[in-house]
Amino acid sequence: MPVHGEIWTIKELFTYPNEYIYWSIQIVMYPFMTGLVAGSFVLSSLYHVFGIKKLEDIARFSLVFSFALLPVAPLPLLFHLQQPQRAMNVMMTPHFTSAIAAFGIIFSIYGALVASELWFLYRKHFVETARKLAGKSDRGLVDTVRYWIFTALTLGAWDIRDETLRQDEKAGRILAGLGIPIACFLHGYAGFIFGSVKANALWMTPLMPVIFIMSAVVSGIALCILTYIVTVELKKWLVKRKQRSQAARVAAGFERARQEMAGVELNVIRTTTGYLVAFLIAAISLELLDLVFRGYTAVKSWDVLRSVIYGKDFVHIFVLQYGLGNLIPLILLLAPGLTIRRTVLAVMLVLFGVFMMRWNVVIGGQAFSLTFMGYMHYQIPIVPRDFETLREGVAGALIVAATPFVLFWVLTRFLPVFAPEERTA
Amino acid sequence: MSSRRHFLKALAQGAATLAVSSTVGGSLASETATGAAEKGHKVRWGFLVDTQKCTGCGFCVKACKLENEVPYDANVTRTWVERYVEMEDGTVHADSPRGGRDGFVDPRVDLGRGSFQDIDPSRISKAFFVPKLCNQCENPPCVQVCPVGATYQNADGVVLVDRSWCIGCGYCIMACPYGVRFFHPVYHTAEKCNFCYHRITKGLKPACVEACPFEARLIGNLLDPADPVNRIIQTQRVNVLKEEYGTKPQVYYIGLSQEVR
Repeated sequence: MPVHGEIWTIKELFTYPNEYIYWSIQIVMYPFMTGLVAGSFVLSSLYHVFGIKKLEDIARFSLVFSFALLPVAPLPLLFHLQQPQRAMNVMMTPHFTSAIAAFGIIFSIYGALVASELWFLYRKHFVETARKLAGKSDRGLVDTVRYWIFTALTLGAWDIRDETLRQDEKAGRILAGLGIPIACFLHGYAGFIFGSVKANALWMTPLMPVIFIMSAVVSGIALCILTYIVTVELKKWLVKRKQRSQAARVAAGFERARQEMAGVELNVIRTTTGYLVAFLIAAISLELLDLVFRGYTAVKSWDVLRSVIYGKDFVHIFVLQYGLGNLIPLILLLAPGLTIRRTVLAVMLVLFGVFMMRWNVVIGGQAFSLTFMGYMHYQIPIVPRDFETLREGVAGALIVAATPFVLFWVLTRFLPVFAPEERTA
Repeated sequence: MSSRRHFLKALAQGAATLAVSSTVGGSLASETATGAAEKGHKVRWGFLVDTQKCTGCGFCVKACKLENEVPYDANVTRTWVERYVEMEDGTVHADSPRGGRDGFVDPRVDLGRGSFQDIDPSRISKAFFVPKLCNQCENPPCVQVCPVGATYQNADGVVLVDRSWCIGCGYCIMACPYGVRFFHPVYHTAEKCNFCYHRITKGLKPACVEACPFEARLIGNLLDPADPVNRIIQTQRVNVLKEEYGTKPQVYYIGLSQEVR
């Protein structure tokens, strides 16, 4: 009879009979996805709260993206549960001594906050679009549905005088300010879930929540830069294609718009990568501090931890995470003459590095036995053979990773992420 | 039945008074008993394992699996037996193939991945068996981390799991330093030893205690000063597993060696 976890766990030397890798790929995905949510929100708040004007362009973008990522944060948890149909029990009988119990509450508060901030940011757009559609004489079915949706989105607030819009902006700023601690809490708390497990020698450190927040911001910024570049490049490509088919007299105008966009893009990227590098250095410093501290204090568990960190997981930790995921992107971003192409490579590596960090924490924390005398190897199911290997395998992880992009596309139908001039260009 | 209940009640009341005023020892057992007695509880289940008596026959594991309907061939178990072999050069080998269910008939040590290590019997300095089960901790980390309250500690100290409410997140499994928890292969909820709660609450002994031919496993009421098992825990040199985690385990061991994990 198959036991949960047995299928992907290989045990070596002396382990307790019930020990398996119980927290698998979806628990790697969970902090990775919440990290992206929190990180992209922090990026958008840098503009809204601290008024960093250079980030204006990407701020709107990252806020919408953060909202698209939001429903995906609990998805891996749902995939992981043995009784997913009982997930709502957490809301019904939250047992507050557990770090997981507050998840639903914090998550809902955060979701409501991002939704409200988006509403204040886009209210003008909702009203304008609804009015425009109302005035349209020959509305088709699609436009009628759009009219209903936009009318509903206004929530009955049709006043878009300058004075009220200024109040909207103020409300948005207050919400963004409130959002920073909540976003950090949402993610720092994911770190707490691991850091507070006293039975796990690798996880238990008070630094865990802080490390998680730093790497969350890093991954969030990296993903926003990547998606931003891809979206802008896609738009540029569309402009170029249009340009070819249009008459020569309008071509000059398009060319000007395209060049302007390219200039704006690199400028935004340069500023944003600055923040990325700063948070990346903070994250690496904390992680290394943790490692040095463990080695220096060398408590009972250090022997087995050392054999995992410097032995069995060496490639995962030092080559893939620190080398490929941290050092190389740092060099790429800090070397003079930053280009878009180099940025794309660097942020992709950063995202990979953060993913590996989550992997090394979650899977690495289960790589050694509670006996300190044995090891467990995780073999991720690649080809799904049944429901369990589907949801807790590569396929499940890919579903989780792809969902936010689909949601982002849907959201941008209603919440345009670029400034109006650019859209009309 | 009622007279027995009356008798037990009287005993427990006596125990409570004694436990509060007792100056005997400062052991974990008496601390726990004091706390429980102060709360007006009459029973605090405790377990005693005499490792000197265990021969690694595996009857306890067999009995437990059958009694508690943990699929017999599934590689999870509520209780298990570990074998420790220390060599003259200080090397320690340990294993627990199938939880020791079929006894330790193979002199080779199980290294996992289907490989075994031959042991030279003339170089062994000491070898022994250690039965393991849920420690029904006074400060259970599994209860602390359950997000829905599906696992809880009863007034008599036993930690139980509500199969109808467990969401199967596995946090309790992660939180237990003793590795006693697992997912039940049939119910897909967290599962663990509960001292055979359905039996002890009816005045019977747990299946493993009943099955042990050598009385290596015993259960008793830590609030009852007259309880023979409690007497041993109070008066003899006993130890618990992984005390450093602050879980205050309530399974006591006689002859616990430092090699034991």
